[in-house]
Amino acid sequence: MKNRSRDYTLSIREDDGHQVTLLISGRMDLMGLDSLNADLEAFWMDRTPVRITADLSGVESMDSAGAMMMLRLEERAQAAGVPFEFAHVSEPLRGIMGLLNMQALRIDPLLQEKESEGIFDLLGATAQRRFSDFRQVMIFVGELLTAMTHVIRRPSAVRWNAVFLYMKKVGVDGFPIVTLISLLIGVIMAFMSSLQLKQFGATTYVAPLVAFAMVRELGPMMTAILVAGRSGSAFSAEIGSMMINEEVDALTTMGFDPVQFLAVPKVLASVIVVPLLTIYSAFFGIVGGMMVGVLGLDLTAYGYLQQSIDSFQVFDVVSSLIKSMVFAILISGIACQRGFQVRGGADAVGEATTSAVVSAIFLIILANSAFAIILYYIH
Amino acid sequence: MILQDIGRQPVIVVENLTMRFGDDIILQDVSFKVFRGEIFVIVGGSGCGKTVLMKNMIGLYRPSAGRVLVEGIDINIDSEKALSSVRYRIGVLFQSGAMIGSMSLAENVALPLSEQRRLSPALIDMIVKMKLGMVNLAGYENHMPAALSGGMKKRAGLARAMVMDPTILFFDEPSSGLDPVTAAELDHTIRGINEGMGTTMIIVSHDLASIQNIAHRVIMLDKGDKGIIAEGVPAQLKENSDDPRVIQFFNRSLDEAKTQGTAYGG
Repeated sequence: MKNRSRDYTLSIREDDGHQVTLLISGRMDLMGLDSLNADLEAFWMDRTPVRITADLSGVESMDSAGAMMMLRLEERAQAAGVPFEFAHVSEPLRGIMGLLNMQALRIDPLLQEKESEGIFDLLGATAQRRFSDFRQVMIFVGELLTAMTHVIRRPSAVRWNAVFLYMKKVGVDGFPIVTLISLLIGVIMAFMSSLQLKQFGATTYVAPLVAFAMVRELGPMMTAILVAGRSGSAFSAEIGSMMINEEVDALTTMGFDPVQFLAVPKVLASVIVVPLLTIYSAFFGIVGGMMVGVLGLDLTAYGYLQQSIDSFQVFDVVSSLIKSMVFAILISGIACQRGFQVRGGADAVGEATTSAVVSAIFLIILANSAFAIILYYIH
Repeated sequence: MILQDIGRQPVIVVENLTMRFGDDIILQDVSFKVFRGEIFVIVGGSGCGKTVLMKNMIGLYRPSAGRVLVEGIDINIDSEKALSSVRYRIGVLFQSGAMIGSMSLAENVALPLSEQRRLSPALIDMIVKMKLGMVNLAGYENHMPAALSGGMKKRAGLARAMVMDPTILFFDEPSSGLDPVTAAELDHTIRGINEGMGTTMIIVSHDLASIQNIAHRVIMLDKGDKGIIAEGVPAQLKENSDDPRVIQFFNRSLDEAKTQGTAYGG
């Protein structure tokens, strides 16, 4: 029998006494591994050899994969109780075969892939994870509060340079996107509401509608969501990378409190800048609405602005600013906490970043709902 | 490995290589050859351009002037097809092991195989187990890189680098960050692969103990000269060199390595 595939040739010679000689020549490497494996499997079909000799005199080259195939053949013969020997093995081939440890193929993985034990197991594991996550967050809140108390008592302990840097990153660098989104939201709201209000001849209500919504709800919410996406993710990625590179450990050993050193400047900067961005966002929302009012509804710019200003009170502005400060604490706090949670490699940084943004948005919505109820009763 | 190839055939030729970053000249007019089957070590103090030179040899950097031929192919000029044929033949062990964090060890090691060859999953699994066995990591296939120590990551990186049985293996400071016992084990593995498979090894190192143990030939780079200041067999360089920098590097460090059994840190 003669098989040829790729660069090797396998000839099988069998005498009357079922003594088999396998003559292998050419290149035995990864290129022809699949067919070599198939040929060797086929060799055992319908054959009961009493002795096997693998003659490697014609082998031009052999890599470790080819050597592995030969050693597997030897093992299989031994398992079947058939005497086996290699013939004409050159020194280099012996070297390659000597490198391989076939025992490695039989060692079971030290870590077995965990099989799920059903819905209750999953439920329990998830609950445990959530509880542990909640506990971590609470511990961090405690640490952050301690650090903030320390800052209030000793403002000189704050790294103000870092605070200004983050104020620029969160605030100034965020201006363009906040402007664009707020303007467009103003335009969309004014346009959509005018379509409905036109039917009742009530287009003059477009201005109060847009202004009230932007100042009370959409301004703080949209700004917070944008800051969560832009800066929250950046905070957690920054701290996460520092965790992996042992930079946080280095800070600890140098006697710094990592929360005070890394988280406090970010939280302070956010608390200062996010309310400013919120005012800015509300203003541009009103400008967007005014563009529709002036260009599409024949309203005057002065009249539109006057109606907008009349639509909200100082209480609305103040509550909106307080709300945005709370959002800022939530966004920067959860982002830093997720960053400090990072263990392992680059993928953990990605997970932390995603988790920071998702958690921040969830907390923003939750806090906003709480504010809606509280403000209703206060007012 | 082609059996009849072993001999004094150059596999890498570096000709008048100059490397600049902006106005900063790192290497100037560097020329040397690496022959098939040898363990070739590039030594020198920190910042002398060892890693830059290696990255030029594997095509990660383009030389500012001069050329690098790997298996006769100019890796900066020849076609992408020619380049990829070179890439099949080289393996690189990076300083940190460079394991991909989101993949298990088995997936990491199988990566070059599954990208470049169509093999059945059973065969891939077998090859992966065998390669992990060669670097004493049998059984660790389901571990994630983050769960491994620095030395284990390096060994796993070596398993991945040699999964395609490359004819040339590059190592960037293989013993850095390893304890002397683990470093010696890695040296043993490197030597074993070189002797067993005839793989050409290019090693960037400043671990003198390791150089003495495994190097067939050494070149020494110097930051001031921006090039090679010595070339030869380590023992001969130590005995015969007239250059005080070479004498200082080899003698003092070798003595230190002998007395302390530790790596020379530069």
